[in-house]
Amino acid sequence: MRVWSLLKFYTVLVYAFMFAPILVVLALAFNASQFGGFPIEGLSLRWFYKLAENEAIIRAMRTSLALGALTALIATTLGVLASLALVRYQFPGKAFITTFLISPVLVPETVLAVGLLIFLRWLHMPRSFALLVIGHSIIALPFIVLVVQARLVGIRKDYEEAARSLGASPFQTFREVTLPLLLPAVFAGALFAFTISFDNITATIFWRPSGLETVPTQIFGMLRNSVSPEINALGFVMICITVGLPLLAGAVARYFSRKKI
Amino acid sequence: MARVELVNIRKSFGALKAVHGADAVFEEGSFTTLLGPSGCGKTTILRMISGLESPTSGDIFIGERRINDVPVHKRNLGLVFQNYALFPHRTIGENIAFGLKYRNISPSDMAQKVKDALDIVRLPKVQDRYPSQLSGGQQQRIALARAIVIEPDVLLLDEPLSALDANLREDMRVELKAIQDRIGVTSIFVTHDQSEALAMSDKIIVMSAGRIEQIGTPEEVYNTPATAFVAGFLGASNMLPARVLGRDASHILLETPEFGQTAVALARAAALGTNRGATLSTGDKALLMIRAEKLTLGPAGGDAPQAVVENVDYQGQLARYFLRIGETRLQAINMIDAAPFLAGQTVSLTLNPNACSALPEDTSA
Repeated sequence: MRVWSLLKFYTVLVYAFMFAPILVVLALAFNASQFGGFPIEGLSLRWFYKLAENEAIIRAMRTSLALGALTALIATTLGVLASLALVRYQFPGKAFITTFLISPVLVPETVLAVGLLIFLRWLHMPRSFALLVIGHSIIALPFIVLVVQARLVGIRKDYEEAARSLGASPFQTFREVTLPLLLPAVFAGALFAFTISFDNITATIFWRPSGLETVPTQIFGMLRNSVSPEINALGFVMICITVGLPLLAGAVARYFSRKKI
Repeated sequence: MARVELVNIRKSFGALKAVHGADAVFEEGSFTTLLGPSGCGKTTILRMISGLESPTSGDIFIGERRINDVPVHKRNLGLVFQNYALFPHRTIGENIAFGLKYRNISPSDMAQKVKDALDIVRLPKVQDRYPSQLSGGQQQRIALARAIVIEPDVLLLDEPLSALDANLREDMRVELKAIQDRIGVTSIFVTHDQSEALAMSDKIIVMSAGRIEQIGTPEEVYNTPATAFVAGFLGASNMLPARVLGRDASHILLETPEFGQTAVALARAAALGTNRGATLSTGDKALLMIRAEKLTLGPAGGDAPQAVVENVDYQGQLARYFLRIGETRLQAINMIDAAPFLAGQTVSLTLNPNACSALPEDTSA
């Protein structure tokens, strides 16, 4: 009995240690004080107003959203196509290609970042926004392949064969049967890709052209001067986006699945 | 509607030979069953006709057209699967209309056809439901409706009753056959269940290990099996090693240690089509096949061979007896007159030579 309560206590401590920093940021975002820190002297939204007026942050936010959206679009498209090939078809070198597609998760991000940079130098291409999109897509691709493959394995081939026998061409079969059944995984994968891109800082620092800031690099830059309470407000916004979006998506998915089954 | 013909179809999956040279004709409007144990190649043949697999060699004709190179979606076939394969994200109405979308049909005609198809399978009111809201039997009827609404040239049924529970399976069997009779579509049915095959088919193709063992009407394959495999697969039968003593124009005389001499009518020895029994000649080793229900038990005594009842499987109006003569074990299924014979009892056996057949010695096993 005593061992169990000790274990419970320890578990609570672990979680507290993990979540405390996030809670601190969330709480301090509403602190009226000029110097971000405890004790909280009064509640205010002034840092959010300041955030909204900060041109650099608005620009960084816009860049991050566009980057995340493009990464989600490209990585999801490629990921779905790759998963279809890997699950539905037999071809030589399949095991190798699977490992290859998953490898960006295994390789340290710094190595990946430097590698891509050297490769582009060799091609005589400058660092650009497009490079960021390509790089983020590479990082996000494995997650999409894993999520979509898992779902695709569960969709029996019968459905596609039935559609084909009824007169649907391979493309029509994909559009009418496979894709709708795959949609929850496609959606989840796209969200993964978006949040992975939105959060990324390590590789982004290597790849971004000078003058271009994403939200994480912007925060990083601001921290070098001082800890402005604005950063807490920005942290609050980021947490809302990266945590809130998947929760919202889950709710939407549940709503639609309840309607049908 | 169309007839289907297979000409020397072979299929290999890598080193595995799934079908070794099959020839068969499926007559227009007929109901043909491909029967055999799992892994015998029956499903592979069905999938080759449907276009979901392509044969390694050989030709497939539907009507007059060779369709080897025609893709699945241009073959105009109805396909029904064991697990129904209804699209879970579509309503019943949308499922049935699915194939019609690719066939230039006006929306009003489409609605009418969907309604007619639902009437045929006697589920007129489920149009707006989703597949998961229906029972297994209902789902399979919808799958059938979806396959026949496109007016296919051939209806292919891949073990469509196997996922249903026993009672429902027999009802569905009767209904499926009735629907097929009514619309008269050429149907090819795959099953491992001999009673389904016997009850439903115009013709049965018995397969084993990638080869066609026999093609015939249900009566032919049941009464005059061409091979020991067919005799063993359909119904319960006894196969006794025998020697051919001689033959005349109408009979073949076999001798077994258990029953002495038995004259088997040649008509029964020579299974139609393959004619393998007819090749037997004096001195050959052969098999005497006796159906379990044609071996009659009587009280001990008399000239008849005497056997010991080892076990009784009581089934109400019938009993299945496991018997022993010397070292030979036999099975008999008899109606129960007053009381069944009991285990340990000695009985006399009578066999009706008109219900026996002669088979060449089994070389495949």
